[in-house]
Amino acid sequence: MQGVPLSWYLILSAILFALGVAGFLFRRSIITVFMSIELMLNAVNLSFVAFSYQFKQVDGHLFTFFVMVVAAAEAAVGLAIILTVFRNRATLNIDEINSLKY
Amino acid sequence: MDVFLFFLFAAIAVICAVNVVVQTHPISSALSLVGVMGALAVLYLLLGGEFIAMAQVIVYAGAIMVLFIFVIMLLNAGEESKQSKSLVAQFLGIPGFFALLVVLAFGILRLFPNAPRVRFGEFTSAGAEELGRSLFTQYLLPFEVVTVLILIAIVGAIVLARKEMD
Amino acid sequence: MEFIIITLIKLGVVMAVFMTTLAYLQWVERKVIAHIQLRMGPSRVGPHGLLQPLADVLKLITKEGVVPPHVNKLYYLLAPFVAVTFALLAISVIPFGDEVEIAGYRTWLQLTDINVGVLFILAASSMGVYGIALAGWASNNKYSLLGGLRSSAQMISYELPFTLAVASPLLLVNTLSLREIVRAQEGFLFGFLPNWTIFQGPFPQIIAFVVFLIAVFAETNRIPFDLPEAETELVAGFHTEYSSMKFAAFFMAEYANMVTAASLVTILFLGGWHPPLPREWGSDFIAPLIFLGGAAICFYHGLNPARRLDRYTLPVAGLVFAGIGGVFAFPAWKDALLPVFWFCAKTGLILFLFIWVRGTLPRFRFDQLMGFAWKFLFPVAMANLLLTSLLVALT
Repeated sequence: MQGVPLSWYLILSAILFALGVAGFLFRRSIITVFMSIELMLNAVNLSFVAFSYQFKQVDGHLFTFFVMVVAAAEAAVGLAIILTVFRNRATLNIDEINSLKY
Repeated sequence: MDVFLFFLFAAIAVICAVNVVVQTHPISSALSLVGVMGALAVLYLLLGGEFIAMAQVIVYAGAIMVLFIFVIMLLNAGEESKQSKSLVAQFLGIPGFFALLVVLAFGILRLFPNAPRVRFGEFTSAGAEELGRSLFTQYLLPFEVVTVLILIAIVGAIVLARKEMD
Repeated sequence: MEFIIITLIKLGVVMAVFMTTLAYLQWVERKVIAHIQLRMGPSRVGPHGLLQPLADVLKLITKEGVVPPHVNKLYYLLAPFVAVTFALLAISVIPFGDEVEIAGYRTWLQLTDINVGVLFILAASSMGVYGIALAGWASNNKYSLLGGLRSSAQMISYELPFTLAVASPLLLVNTLSLREIVRAQEGFLFGFLPNWTIFQGPFPQIIAFVVFLIAVFAETNRIPFDLPEAETELVAGFHTEYSSMKFAAFFMAEYANMVTAASLVTILFLGGWHPPLPREWGSDFIAPLIFLGGAAICFYHGLNPARRLDRYTLPVAGLVFAGIGGVFAFPAWKDALLPVFWFCAKTGLILFLFIWVRGTLPRFRFDQLMGFAWKFLFPVAMANLLLTSLLVALT
């Protein structure tokens, strides 16, 4: 036996994605929720790279590249929002940041 | 060797990812996430993506996560306060997680019954040159769109984080 | 199998030389700064204080390692390891010299060459900030926290001009492998000007060189950008709460980063191991002449000693210098050693510049530091990159 089947990489990606979903749903700190999103993005990146290996093309790598760029933009804006929210509310708990609900 | 490296770094990635979710302190979560990203970079290397592995470390671990840690330190975010969870989360949380996992894994194994085996060094045409060539010819439009997105994000971040002038 | 043994031997040699360099770099720094300030510098331990690094290491090892009670223990202990690991990691892709043949085995004077060597160094250096940020946060001390915050803000900001300045010479050499980068700078323009990227057409990278040097000063937290450890404001910054070997680890990380950065400057801009003069102009004789000149000076001062001990120590130093100079007389050794000599000489000059600047310039204020990065260095590096790519595309 040489090497692991490609599907195992996809299953690893699925595990990481599910963990990201779990973190997104169960955690209450806005920063950790945000980090769970990054975890999901990373899991998807792994699938892209694995598919790129299967088809022996660079397209998957480029998608990963775009995801990274979008994640960077998202992190900058998201953290700026978190800073503003913390400045106005002095809390990071998403249960207490609910004005837009009503 | 490939198998050993895959299992080692897959285990590191999963353990760190679990740690991201269960740790109550944001700094611990952030550092675990850095661990996930490092392990994923090694897996990218195994899949022949040397450029993307380095980009992963530089962009994700070296820039985005440093930004996270910077904000956590700046806000001095402490431990997450324990909250009374909703009934749904309490009873359906962990079973739901495993159900999602089983469905995903089942789907993957059904869709790829005889997926190719990954051998290190079999796919070597994902270096900087090939990526660049593809990025600036075939994917030029997405590239330009993404640059505009980044510009908007920079302006947005500055406007949002600026202190209000009285 | 042979490959593994050769690599292990190389690893051992590089590690030993690198560690010694780190220890003695500190001695050199103290001596040079002392002479800039008209002092003696370390002079008690051994002749001219030459054994001072050894004494320092002994002191740091035997000192009590204090762990303050209010720290976050795991991260507090993890931080120095992170800092020193990523600082030492980068040296593994630095090429010190050409291919050599030792006892029948051909090998490169480099631990390993990877296709994305430049990116590897960037990755290692960008991970280094975690050590500092963690140390600042885990120490549970306001000065440490401020030092860590300043450091991470500074390093994220200066990463941009740093990366842009790295990118422009890469456009000229067309590769990311450090070995290939040096090989692309071989030869001479018009017969005398070395074909280094700071002179190479179509657009000489002098601007990128200066921007890179400034950004490197900031990345290694050196004066004039040492805000994270400014003692007049923050006691000792992020390592206020660290003592004994944990403190030494941060110290080592800082000097290792300096050496890596200086090597990177040498490789990217100053032609790596290539000599600055054509061989016909006698560049082969510069190295032995420098060592023999050093030997002559030592012998002269040994015969006319300023202090009693100099009568014995200086002739010994002179013999060592003469011996090193004599090695260059053997043609087989000369070919292997000359590239290493030029690499070390260029890196040493850059390191001297680091120390010189520390002895000369005052410290920035923090808002000036950030303004400088974003309003001056970043646009300059960007303009340089655009101009370079335009000219490369046109030619």
